[in-house]
Amino acid sequence: MKEKAWAGTMESSDIYVEVEPLATGSGIDLTVNSVVYAQFGDAIEKTIMETLESLAIDDMKVVANDRGAVDCTIKARVETAVRRLKEEA
Amino acid sequence: MNGKLVKDLKEAIRLSGLEDGMTISFHHHLRNGDMVAVMVMEAICEMGIRNLNVNISSIFDTHEPFIGYIEDGVITGIETNYMGGVVGRAISEGLLDKPVIFRTHGGRPSDIISGKSPIDVAFIAAPTSDCMGNCTGKIGKSACGSLGYAFADAMYAGKSVVITDNLAEYPLVDYSIAENYIDYVVVVDKIGEPSGIVSGTTKITKDPVGLVIADYAARAIDASGLLVDGFSFQTGAGGASLAAAKYLKDIMLRKGVQGSYGLGGITSYMVDMMQSGCFKALYDVQCFDLDAIASLRTNPNHMEVTAAHYASPTAKSSAVDSLDVVILGATEIDTNFNVNVHTDSNGYIMGGSGGHSDTAAGAKMSMIVAPLSRARLPIVVDQVMCKSTPGHTVDVLVTQRGIAVNPLRGDLRDRFLDAGLPVFDIHELRDMAEKLNGKPKMLTRGDREVAKVIYRDGTLLDTIYNVPVR
Repeated sequence: MKEKAWAGTMESSDIYVEVEPLATGSGIDLTVNSVVYAQFGDAIEKTIMETLESLAIDDMKVVANDRGAVDCTIKARVETAVRRLKEEA
Repeated sequence: MNGKLVKDLKEAIRLSGLEDGMTISFHHHLRNGDMVAVMVMEAICEMGIRNLNVNISSIFDTHEPFIGYIEDGVITGIETNYMGGVVGRAISEGLLDKPVIFRTHGGRPSDIISGKSPIDVAFIAAPTSDCMGNCTGKIGKSACGSLGYAFADAMYAGKSVVITDNLAEYPLVDYSIAENYIDYVVVVDKIGEPSGIVSGTTKITKDPVGLVIADYAARAIDASGLLVDGFSFQTGAGGASLAAAKYLKDIMLRKGVQGSYGLGGITSYMVDMMQSGCFKALYDVQCFDLDAIASLRTNPNHMEVTAAHYASPTAKSSAVDSLDVVILGATEIDTNFNVNVHTDSNGYIMGGSGGHSDTAAGAKMSMIVAPLSRARLPIVVDQVMCKSTPGHTVDVLVTQRGIAVNPLRGDLRDRFLDAGLPVFDIHELRDMAEKLNGKPKMLTRGDREVAKVIYRDGTLLDTIYNVPVR
C-alpha cells in the first residue's frame, strides 16, 4: 500500500481525488470542494461514499476537488485513486 | 494654441463644477485596460467630493478600486450595461445600498438623450484629441477603435471632459467626437494598458462540442431563409459564436451570397468576412481587437456607429432594426426562452445585457448558442435566475445535442426540419441534460435588492437579489 494516491485533473467537468489510508476504525474522512457545491454538494458526497463502500473501504482520508464532474466521472476517479493506492492501477 | 487644455484632471473637475450628489459618466472602450475611470475617481476622492452617481457603459475587473470608493461613500449609485465578476461579486454581497441600474447598450443612450438619465459631467477617455476636443479612438498609443458608446455622453452631459495621452495638432483629421460638445481637454501620461484594451479578443474554439454547436448554428442560418443577398449579421465574440461565423462564411462564399452589413462589437473574423466579400460594410460600435481597429482606421466601408445608431429603441431607426440574424450567448435559458446573461450559477453578478436584448428584439432571427451543460449545470432551466432578455424575442437555442425553436416561430421549426437539422422541444433538451447531470438543487437567494434590470423600453424586466454570504 502506498502512502497516498490520486486520480483526475482540475479541468472543467473533471474531479481531482486524493486518497490516504487511515488506521482501522478511523472511518472515512471526506472533504469535498466543488464549483457546484451549492447545487450538487450532497450528491457528490453520496456518490463518493457509495463508491468507497462498493470497494469495501472503511478507513480512508479522501480530498476531492470537483470541477463539475458527472457521477460516472466521480466514481471512476475515486475507484482509480483507491486502486492506485493498492498499486493495482 | 492652448484651446481648451487645462493643467490637470483636478483643474478640469473643478472647472466642471462637479459637486456632491451629481452624476458622472465614463465609457468602456478601453475595456480591461481602462485607467481613466479609476484615475478620475482618485482625483475626485482627493478633492473631497462624495455621494456620486456613476453612469459607466460597462464595468470591468480593472475597475476593482470602485469597491473602495463605494465603501467610502464617494460612489453611492451605479448605472451600467455590464459588470464583470470582481465588482459584481461585491455588489451581489450587498456592497452598495442603492440597487445598481442595469440598462442595455441601446437603452443607455436612449435614456441619456431623452433626459431620463441626465449626466452632469462626462469624462471621455480619448486615444487621440486636439486641444479643442476633436477626438478619436482610431489612432494613438492607446488606440481602441470605435468610441461608439461615448457619443451620447459627450453630446448630452452638462460638461464634457476629454482625457487623452496623445495630443494632436488642431484640427484633428478624421475625428469621431467633435469639439462643439467638449468643454475641457486634459493630457495625461497614459489612459490605458494596450494588452487590456484588446481583451475582447477570443480565438475560434477548438473544443469539439463548440464546433458541433457552430456547425448546427451555421446550418440553421442557412436553412432559415434569411441567408440571401443583402443578409445582415451580428455575432458575439465567444469561441463558439466565432466558429459559427467561420462556418457561415464558408457557406456564403460557396453559395455566392453577398451580405449587406456586419454589426456590433467587431472582431478580426468580421473584418475577414467583409474583406472576403461576405458583407459590403461593417457597422462598428466597439472594436475587440487590433485588426478591427486597423480596419476601422483604413477602410471607409468599416464605419463607426454611435450606441444610439447601433441600438437605441427611441431613435428614428437603429442598425439592430434591420438585422437579419444575431448569434448570442447565455448563462441560462428557461423553457419560455427567457435568457440570463447577468448572473452566474450561484446568483453572483458577472455580466449584463450589453446589446443582447437590443439585438434579440431587432433581429429577424435571434439565436442562442451554448453547450447543453457546463460543468454539470444545465443550460436549460425551468426558470432563469435573472431575466436579461425576454423569451418572446429569442427564437432559437442551438446546443451540441440539438436545436430548440421558440413555439412562436413554427416557420423556422419547419424550415429546420426540412433541412434535416435535429430539432427538439426545449423541454426535451432540459431533460437530456438532467439525465446526464442529475437535478441541481435550487439556490436560496437573499431578500435585498442589489440590482434592477431595465429593459430597452424603460420597463423593469427583473430584480437581482443579494447572495447570502456563507
